[in-house]
Amino acid sequence: MDKPYRRRDLLGIRELTEADIRGILDTAENFREINAREIKKVPTLRGKTVINLFFENSTRTRTSFELAAKRLSADAVNISVSSSSVSKGETLVDTALNLDAMQPDCIVVRHGSAGVPHQLAKVSRAAVVNAGDGANEHPTQALLDAMTIREHKKKIQGLEVAIVGDILHSRVARSNIHLLTKLGAKVRVAGPGTLVPKDFEFFIDAGGGDERSLQVCPHVEDAIQGADVVMILRIQRERQDSAYFPTLREYAVHYGLTNDRLDLAKKDAIVLHPGPMNRGIEIASEVADSSRSLILDQVKYGVAVRMAVLYLATGGSAN
Amino acid sequence: MLCYDLHRMPDEKSLTEKSRIMDSARMKRAISRLASEIVEENQGAKDVYIVGIRRRGVPLAERIVDKIAEIEGEMPLFGIIDITLYRDDLSTVGASPIVNRTELDTDIDDKIIVLVDDVLYTGRTIRAALDQLMDFGRPRKVQLAVLIDRGREHRELPIQADFVGKTVPTKQSEIIRVMLKEYDEVEGVGIFEKPSE
Repeated sequence: MDKPYRRRDLLGIRELTEADIRGILDTAENFREINAREIKKVPTLRGKTVINLFFENSTRTRTSFELAAKRLSADAVNISVSSSSVSKGETLVDTALNLDAMQPDCIVVRHGSAGVPHQLAKVSRAAVVNAGDGANEHPTQALLDAMTIREHKKKIQGLEVAIVGDILHSRVARSNIHLLTKLGAKVRVAGPGTLVPKDFEFFIDAGGGDERSLQVCPHVEDAIQGADVVMILRIQRERQDSAYFPTLREYAVHYGLTNDRLDLAKKDAIVLHPGPMNRGIEIASEVADSSRSLILDQVKYGVAVRMAVLYLATGGSAN
Repeated sequence: MLCYDLHRMPDEKSLTEKSRIMDSARMKRAISRLASEIVEENQGAKDVYIVGIRRRGVPLAERIVDKIAEIEGEMPLFGIIDITLYRDDLSTVGASPIVNRTELDTDIDDKIIVLVDDVLYTGRTIRAALDQLMDFGRPRKVQLAVLIDRGREHRELPIQADFVGKTVPTKQSEIIRVMLKEYDEVEGVGIFEKPSE
């Protein structure tokens, strides 16, 4: 299939260079001001169409993409397809082709299977933005996390970041590991052994020793010790029947972020969580509601990041 | 697969300068005169809000603000506008232009806005700036100050300047560059010839 348009897909952080990432973050930085205006709208993408195609439930991400599109004056259409009613393969391609025939400029897609945005990008003429695909990537989440970290730490280079929880199933963790290590941070991951395989250390490169930018820690305390940023992942309660750990109560005791555990981090450490959070399980309420928790800042910056991504994806179509 | 051409700029090195129409001393005098005319027209600096258009309108606006402060003993208000998001050529420019921040910290309602830019050519930049201003509020009046006016025959919209440093009749094949120490090695205004395509 021919693709007459210039492609500006955002499929994952893995595909981006350090300069690409900085470029998106700098652009997003300048979009923040629009969200603080009384009239939160600029005419930039007037006449462009953005389709939010969500095969998985989402409130935060979908609303964030929708607001981003609307604040740029694009027309946003939301399509929610429950994953049970759609089988993979032909159907997905057909869905994509049908949507593409309506000539959208950008398709934002979330799907329970890894690689769906990439497959969609192959057949669609519109730019494709990945809003989360299976356990693969969630690039805009990592970008908004980076923006939050930059705002509070003024840099990412040289920071120590602990990522705690269900690493195995987490696309947020994968995108963040790509982004943070590309920008020069050191990442330590920890969680139940069943959810943090030891060979995950080889996820980004095969290098070894203490110098490696990604380390798997045996205990949560080791990961948090001396960290500048503590990123807590959501426990996916829907996976509870798979017996990755005995009970939620036990998870909270051994891996939940409490004030005591957070005290191991640097004094000015910040806490991030991609939401929706399970209070009292992966994060104690006292931590979630403390001034070190930047969970609502993450949501706020999410709109600016998505505005930047949509702007870059659709800004120039013909060349 | 992915190409974010954030930093693609026209190659300015390939331009040849035909003539230098202002040096830094003449530029300074022109800015002083613009400042005097602005306060004369508005009977002082009260409610005057000098707004520079990125990029090169900003240092010019700052210099006008300083000059007005010197003449009147009172600082006019100062702001910055970035028109990238209000451009009418987003789908034809190819690469997405870099977005910068608009800084209008003081309310523009009921103020006398003086937009400042380096060169007035087609008028499209000013149209974008006006649209953006209207999204921020309702100024009492909007005026336009430019260092160089390339002449009415190039205008694509019914827009004209209230304060002009120098009117320079030019051909379409020519480019006017206002060089400022904030961005360039030298200060001055030159006429350059576009490389033939």
